[in-house]
Amino acid sequence: MNAVIDTTNGSLYWPIDDEAGHVPYGVFTDARIYEVEQERIFRGDNWSFIGLTAEIPDPGDFKATYIGDTPVIVTRDREGGINVMTNRCAHRGALVCRSARGNVDELECVYHQWKYDMQGKLIGVPFRRGLGGRGGMPEGFRMEQHGLDRLRVDTVGHLIFATFSDKVEPLKDYLGAVIVRHIERICHSPIRVLGDERQLVQGNWKLYAENTRDPYHASLLHLFHTTFGLYRSTQKGGSWMDGKKRHTVLTASQGTDEGNTEEYDGLRTFNAEFTLRDPSLLAGRKEFNDGVTLVILTTFPNLVLQQIANTLAVRQTVTKGPGQFELVWTQFGYEDDDEEMQNIRNKQGNLIGPAGLISMEDGEAVEIVHEAIIRDQEESSYIGMGGGKAEDTEHLVTESAVIGFWEYYRKTMHIEAEAS
Amino acid sequence: MELNKLSAMELQYHVEQLQGRYVECIDDDRLEQWPEFFTEDCIYKIISRENHERGLPAAAIFCDSRGMLVDRIVSLRNANVYAEHNYRHVLSNILIKGLNEGVISAQSNYLVLQTKTDGATDIYNAGKYLDKIVADGDVLKFKGKIAIFDTHQIKSLLVTPI
Repeated sequence: MNAVIDTTNGSLYWPIDDEAGHVPYGVFTDARIYEVEQERIFRGDNWSFIGLTAEIPDPGDFKATYIGDTPVIVTRDREGGINVMTNRCAHRGALVCRSARGNVDELECVYHQWKYDMQGKLIGVPFRRGLGGRGGMPEGFRMEQHGLDRLRVDTVGHLIFATFSDKVEPLKDYLGAVIVRHIERICHSPIRVLGDERQLVQGNWKLYAENTRDPYHASLLHLFHTTFGLYRSTQKGGSWMDGKKRHTVLTASQGTDEGNTEEYDGLRTFNAEFTLRDPSLLAGRKEFNDGVTLVILTTFPNLVLQQIANTLAVRQTVTKGPGQFELVWTQFGYEDDDEEMQNIRNKQGNLIGPAGLISMEDGEAVEIVHEAIIRDQEESSYIGMGGGKAEDTEHLVTESAVIGFWEYYRKTMHIEAEAS
Repeated sequence: MELNKLSAMELQYHVEQLQGRYVECIDDDRLEQWPEFFTEDCIYKIISRENHERGLPAAAIFCDSRGMLVDRIVSLRNANVYAEHNYRHVLSNILIKGLNEGVISAQSNYLVLQTKTDGATDIYNAGKYLDKIVADGDVLKFKGKIAIFDTHQIKSLLVTPI
């Protein structure tokens, strides 16, 4: 059985079978598919992550960011409400917020000084009634018809999501109970932002969506994980999805596979010879009573929420064409972290981000795939570890959530399988 | 070396020599020798200007001992997966801002050009070093080195020290 997808060069056949998942390489490289993704995924019936409530704590705070490649603004208004608007003046289309963040009394476009309140309502138009009887806006001009385009916005825990869609279900229904429970587990008390890191990856955004739903690679690509037991597929853990299989939570518990790692003998990433001169890097502290020490939670289409040892972070994907995306890491801790815990988080920050002893390698994995698949659009990958089906598993030897991602991707992109 | 007996010109000379040898060591890929430029209890940090100016701690790399520097290099050589590349540092505006109780405060601008196996050279990272330098016998060493980078959009990844 095949599905068919329109590309710049004609039709692409997407093989669908029960044994394994396949993705034709053109899906990662084609410009037309990227355009359709912007409309049906990022501007379609999905909720995108856009920031943390702690990034805009006070009235007048704003942050400029993107959903897919559409510029948006998230603001805190006078009443404490959170608003998300397209970052584009209703007059002639200029960017309204040109800084990444700030605190303002109102939003003002520099081009003709149109002013908006923090909810995006137009409140000022220079020379609206003309100068000395000349010029001015037409009779029928109504301020209330020229506000910034507003998006639906909602929060879960400390995470802010927005959508262009009027149709998509409420945020908590969209995420599903399992995902909401895990977000709330990490967002159990007020947080403090520790800073941002930005990584420009030369590859398609969906290669990173696959990577972060794939517990199979984590102990084979990342020596730090395997050698120091931060993560191994022999540990207790699993992979769970929402009902539509678009979001995933992977968990693992350190210290549950001692004496059970012989399968790693001879693999590059398990190196008992490798020791740290300064082991304080990994001297962490138990934080959660459930014993889970690693969580990689992904929500479709653009968020990873992570707990790796004592590092907590969100990673937001910002697409920049089919062959490039920016990954924005925002690290955080809790407001009531004591000094020791602050030091632990700062030091373990070495594990994650673009220079992370673990995380740097995911950028590299994306890039070596993207470079190799640039031609042969009809050729496809083989995704079969764990049985090749999009099912929850109580183990970590699986690619099932990657298959779940692609099943939902085809649905939200309206790519239908043809009857064979 | 007794720092307070040196003239301003001599101090400038020694600091410039240190900075020059430091970047040469990295650019020549003699990374095993790189930790020797630091004192045992050093602070070494690479942090974005975006975070530094907001007073936020999240750094790309943060080490608070020479042992952690050694671990970074052992990891780079044996553990991490990344594309082959070379650095070329360009230094300018090396300024001595003060000398207090045996600690020189210095700063300089740097530009790191990166060349990968395809031969193309890119501007990879631009920023400023804030250094704390002390005498250790006859040589100067970094007690603190903070690279504050303007280029907060890191291309691909960062594995080699700056």
